Amino acid sequence: MSAPIKNPAAETVPRQPGLAGLAADWASDQRTFKDVSWGKAMMWIFLLSDTFVFGCFLIAYMAARMSTAVPWPNPSEVFALEIGGTHMPLILIAIMTFVLISSSGTMAMAVNYGYRRDRRKTAALMLLTALFGAAFVGMQAFEWSKLIAEGVRPWANPWGAAQFGSSFFMITGFHGTHVTFGVIFLLIIARKVWRGDFETERPGFFTSRKGRYEIVEITGLYWHFVDLVWVFIFAFFYLW
Amino acid sequence: MAHAQTHAPQHAAHTEHRQHPIKLYLVVWGLLFVLSALSYLVDFFGLEGYLRWSLILIFMMLKAGLIVAVFMHMAWERLALIYAVILPPLLVLVFVALMVSESNYILFTRLTFFGGGE
Repeated sequence: MSAPIKNPAAETVPRQPGLAGLAADWASDQRTFKDVSWGKAMMWIFLLSDTFVFGCFLIAYMAARMSTAVPWPNPSEVFALEIGGTHMPLILIAIMTFVLISSSGTMAMAVNYGYRRDRRKTAALMLLTALFGAAFVGMQAFEWSKLIAEGVRPWANPWGAAQFGSSFFMITGFHGTHVTFGVIFLLIIARKVWRGDFETERPGFFTSRKGRYEIVEITGLYWHFVDLVWVFIFAFFYLW
Repeated sequence: MAHAQTHAPQHAAHTEHRQHPIKLYLVVWGLLFVLSALSYLVDFFGLEGYLRWSLILIFMMLKAGLIVAVFMHMAWERLALIYAVILPPLLVLVFVALMVSESNYILFTRLTFFGGGE
């Protein structure tokens, strides 16, 4: 066999910054996303597609809310709770928001410790993230049960426009499913980190290929995205 | 094939610049908390109309920006990836504009033909 084919351009030309670099990276006969592994680039592209999924849900909700002639139920009141005798508008949603943001914070630190190869701290922070995520899903289950008990259905509710129920169950249901899968994803990767798979280069049970600490960052991208989607749901569905 | 060769040294170099101090994440965490609290207060104090909507949108965009830029490390990526991920979602705004126009028309027909029911 002859010597492996070399790409002289990739090794000799320094990478340009800024817009010139953007044009150069997107030019032909090379990989576009430099400094980024395929795993990470593909996670970003998956998240981009997921952005469109949630974008469509939020647009459908907007269209339903704008086109109905019946008044929209006031989310501030629908999601209010009585805590210790005081009436707190939207309080459960506020707590859920803080829980999810905290989980993003712990995840960001887990990624950082992952790159420092601090196995225990990474795994512990990922488990804490999963715990926050599970708490979020638990509160969402509570919220769903409460609303269903109060008579909210996808086709009707006691307070106004029928589309409220369908938008609510669709959007929060899909988001909750994403959180649930995120928790499972986190637990699987945290177990691998804890066991030291990335030090011992243990082959994965499914792919039989050794993993790297970068998977912590990729998991983190997914998790932060779930938090990001909640930022938009919180603003458009609950606060608007 | 060239990819596989150049990949290994690249990877080593690139984990290097990802070592941000933990303090950065704690500061962003704190900012996200403050911004969430502020958007909750918009509802708590019952602000209405354009003031409410603009405040909600400002706090939302600031939170989204902080999460994407710092937590998802987008601020340290090359422009090729940043534009590939950030620009396409902006086109969703065209879809939004279409559906606003459509919704106004549907509302108009409902008011005209159903007299405000449904």
